[in-house]
Amino acid sequence: MGKIIEVKNLTKKFGDFVAVDNISFSVEHGEIFAFLGPNGAGKTTTIKMLTTLLEPTTGEAKVNNFNLETERDEVRHSFGIVFQDPSLDDDLTAYENMEFHGVLYNVPKNIRVKRIEELLKLVDLWDRQKDLVKTFSGGMKRRLEIARSLIHTPKVIFLDEPTVGLDPQTRNHIWSYVVDLSKKEGVTVFLTTHYMEEADKMADRVVIIDHGKVMASGTPAELKKNTHTESLEEAFLKLTGSAIRSDEASSIDTLRSHARAWGRR
Amino acid sequence: MSTIYILWLRQLKKYSRSTPRIIGSLGQPLLFLLVFGFGFGSIFAKAGGGSYIQFLVPGIVAMAVVFTAIFGGIELIWDRQFGFLKETMVAPVSRFNIMLGRTFGGATVSVIQGIAVLIISFLVGFKMQNFFMIIPAIVFMFLTAFFFTALGTAIASKLTDMQAFPIIMNFLVMPLFFLSGSIFPLDTAPKALQILGHIDPLSYGIDGLRYSFIGMSAFNPWIDLLILLAFSLVVLFIGKQLFEKMEA
Repeated sequence: MGKIIEVKNLTKKFGDFVAVDNISFSVEHGEIFAFLGPNGAGKTTTIKMLTTLLEPTTGEAKVNNFNLETERDEVRHSFGIVFQDPSLDDDLTAYENMEFHGVLYNVPKNIRVKRIEELLKLVDLWDRQKDLVKTFSGGMKRRLEIARSLIHTPKVIFLDEPTVGLDPQTRNHIWSYVVDLSKKEGVTVFLTTHYMEEADKMADRVVIIDHGKVMASGTPAELKKNTHTESLEEAFLKLTGSAIRSDEASSIDTLRSHARAWGRR
Repeated sequence: MSTIYILWLRQLKKYSRSTPRIIGSLGQPLLFLLVFGFGFGSIFAKAGGGSYIQFLVPGIVAMAVVFTAIFGGIELIWDRQFGFLKETMVAPVSRFNIMLGRTFGGATVSVIQGIAVLIISFLVGFKMQNFFMIIPAIVFMFLTAFFFTALGTAIASKLTDMQAFPIIMNFLVMPLFFLSGSIFPLDTAPKALQILGHIDPLSYGIDGLRYSFIGMSAFNPWIDLLILLAFSLVVLFIGKQLFEKMEA
């Protein structure tokens, strides 16, 4: 098997604020790995570093045995990502969004066409391929993003809260797609979620971080056993405390409301 | 190359699907063309300037080009805020190619918009001296568009939201437009205006256009071309630095 992601003493500082504080962990080939933590714990910052969007302050990490800083393009070829916020182009069709991705990742045309068809069928969007993404529901957009992230046959996909804001039916669906895909494609899944029962059910292994530090790691069963709790949610609360975390409204939220007011999308 | 192509294609597709945007950005140039063109026409003729519409159209075509181009550049902010930029930023392609693709796309769209205004001006009586001069005209439109799209992109890579857009329009784009000899001849203007006009990149775009359309120009058209090229390269280089440092 071997390790697909190896993180050693990774730290990210923004000025004086330490967002990720000297964390180390690894992810095995082919497993479903859940990276959990309260708001502001450093999950998204870690994912941004692992996906080359942010440079680490210190420490190092390898994805698919490629070094984050020195083998950036190889790393980029190795993963697919579904971001926390939507990242589709609403003015393009489902197919065009897929094709755009395939071209950017330099997937040869014959393979690209096949992959797009295969993946769109897998997420049940093949008959909507010619529709503009702006006509899609939240769940459909997510499915499309998951399909898109796999076009270039990555070794690992990052799913940053892929089910946030979706109803239980859609959430269930999304996860069954993810399990299906991970089996069919043999792809490692690195996910974050606030729904502990999802992580409990889905994940082979879990890492819980808080205030930028790793608080615990192991299988869901181990975490429950070590904290003497019945569910992963209780284990999570025991490890991270029950104080509510603040999550500032970003300029994105402001802009989104402006955009709505101006009727841009 | 394929990166540049697919980003260029994306800009064109988005543009062709946005009818309100196409019509909206024709509105202002047409208003200027009709109100100034017919409003000042008789005074301009009395002052011995000849046909004002003939003089004005190159400026108005440039206006359509510039406004579309700067917006095309600034649109980067939308892409960032709506997340699509991240999709391009994690891809294994160089950021400079992403920027080039966007800029070519934005510039192409702006040229189309400029040609649309030109066609409408034929309807209100504008005549080109020689129709084949449309080719150098397109070159000047494209260079002007390229400069302003790259400028918009450079500015947008430093901004986090669209709130600054009116400031950019009112304190940068409008002054550049009015000082460029677009609506009055620079060579008879007061010295101060002339000096400002000489450092305005748009003056050279409009001068080149006016040369192509009606055979009249304040500078040598080759000089226009060289200066526009130089400005474009400078802003492209600055934009490249900013774009590469930008966090999605």
